[in-house]
Amino acid sequence: MRFKLKKTYMEDIKLFPDKIDMAWYGLLLIILSIFPLVAGHYWIYNLTLSGIYCIVALGLNILTGFTGQISLGHAAFFAIGAYSVGYLTTTLGWSYWIALPLAGISAAASGLVVAVPALRLSGLYLAIATMGFGFIMEQVIVQWKSVTGGANGLLINRPSISSWSLSSDGAYYYLVIVMVAVFVLLTKNLTRSPAGRAFVAVRDSEVAAQTMGIPLARVKVQAFAISAFYTGIAGGLFAPLINFIGPDNFTIAESINFIVMIIVGGLGSIHGSIFGAVFITLLSEFIRVSKDFIPAFLREQVGFQTAVYGLVLMQFILFEPMGIYGRWLKLKYLFQVFPLYRKDTFRRVRRFQRSERTR
Amino acid sequence: MALLEIQGVYKQFGGLKALAGVGLEVEQGRAHAVIGPNGAGKSTLFNCINCIYRADRGTIRFKGKDITGLAPHKMPRIGIARTFQNVELFRNATVLNNILLGRYLHKRTNLVSEALFLPSVKKQELEARRKVEEIMDLLDLQAYRERMVAQLPFGIQKSVELARALALEPELLLLDEPSSGLNPEEKQDLCFWIEDIKEELGITILLVEHDMRVVTEVAERTTALDFGSVIADGTTEEVQRHPDVIRAFLGEED
Repeated sequence: MRFKLKKTYMEDIKLFPDKIDMAWYGLLLIILSIFPLVAGHYWIYNLTLSGIYCIVALGLNILTGFTGQISLGHAAFFAIGAYSVGYLTTTLGWSYWIALPLAGISAAASGLVVAVPALRLSGLYLAIATMGFGFIMEQVIVQWKSVTGGANGLLINRPSISSWSLSSDGAYYYLVIVMVAVFVLLTKNLTRSPAGRAFVAVRDSEVAAQTMGIPLARVKVQAFAISAFYTGIAGGLFAPLINFIGPDNFTIAESINFIVMIIVGGLGSIHGSIFGAVFITLLSEFIRVSKDFIPAFLREQVGFQTAVYGLVLMQFILFEPMGIYGRWLKLKYLFQVFPLYRKDTFRRVRRFQRSERTR
Repeated sequence: MALLEIQGVYKQFGGLKALAGVGLEVEQGRAHAVIGPNGAGKSTLFNCINCIYRADRGTIRFKGKDITGLAPHKMPRIGIARTFQNVELFRNATVLNNILLGRYLHKRTNLVSEALFLPSVKKQELEARRKVEEIMDLLDLQAYRERMVAQLPFGIQKSVELARALALEPELLLLDEPSSGLNPEEKQDLCFWIEDIKEELGITILLVEHDMRVVTEVAERTTALDFGSVIADGTTEEVQRHPDVIRAFLGEED
């Protein structure tokens, strides 16, 4: 059993609650940094991809999990990031290190554009509006050939730091891991400062948020822009990873994929974003690998993978609305109170995801 | 000059005249009660003062400045805080975070410095926390600091809401039925707290209240409303003995 006695206000603000936690995160960091030395290309690639999706999930969680504004158009921001990098580096020949921040900024700017009309909408209507934005973006990618290369797509090379090229999967993996760490830190900072609390306030009660002097419109626009920025950066990291981007990479299915990540991982939590992104990325690989063992009439069905996602999502909403993070918390609690837990401690209580139907 | 002056405020919802020319004045440093039977227009008046509704006619002046029709989120900045009859809290946040949100108004840092958590943000957080702890001490909320609001009993939720309003450091505090849903002990506590808020923090209080015992105990002045207009205004004792008020509450004797 572990009992923590807090002695200063600082202990509620610190990044790591105590030394034991710090040690665990240190261990994680060590494992992640020696990972490329022992693992094969396949696994390095998958973990890099998971890392990129982690950044997207963090961004989407800020918007949907913390601020309560759903978005079904995040693939569009992802695309804006990816194509910004593609256009600036391949067509204009700029340095990747200038193109990457610009990818984030251009996505954030389009986030602002989407946010202004979205302010008047909520719930289902907001979902439809953002989805519409996603569809518009898909068309723009196909039609705006001079920038996006249309249906032919765009080739993007991996960047280098002076003479050190990041073209190998291992080197690129380190870049992504560093970026993930940076964005986790940024998100953590937001959630422990007034900005993050304002997001949660807008989600939980708009009336009360107003009486606290929180300008609703501004906070929602901020959330949209920040979320789009994260997603744009992730897009900028995604393009060089897969080397070739086309309209197929940024469809509505991708947007739904992002939403599934944060719901399965845990809405409104940083851990949840990471768990969800890694879980869903590895799940799609798992589905691909396990196809060999599935009867032919099933695996050759169109949309088999999407169906599995749907099934997973349903199970989580029904049985663990707090996502993998909720499970994680329960597991941690079990170890903390061991051996004093009771059978009923973990009994499932009927609770529903906060959504339109609870309003 | 009165802190809050309301003159000839009208508010109509379709065919229903909720307020028909209400006027009242709240003096600095007083506790002022608004009473009246159900549907008298008390909550509408509150929402008009708070600019959640826009008054059809009439003016509301705070510290001599016309505040009619401002955006609701500007209210705390000019010094008006409020609580709700059926608590409006951030249900999925801890008590601590709820009250800390009351300090949002007093933040001086911007989004970028918060994302980087610069030392200035850290200092501000610690300051806010100190202030919040003071308020928690006043309202006896220390035991619930880390608890989720949604799991707390109604009485405690009401205290949290009061604490959150106090964290704004307002000059005028609007309490919408602060004692509804409380048990007798909690009501007694509430009376003490209102007294403390008035005496020690120097905050003027305007409250809508049904419980006459609470009104007699805390309010120096009372305004009685019925059918959207003022039927009596004066010291609490005067108003309680006023024949129109008795008629409005208890009905005609025949």
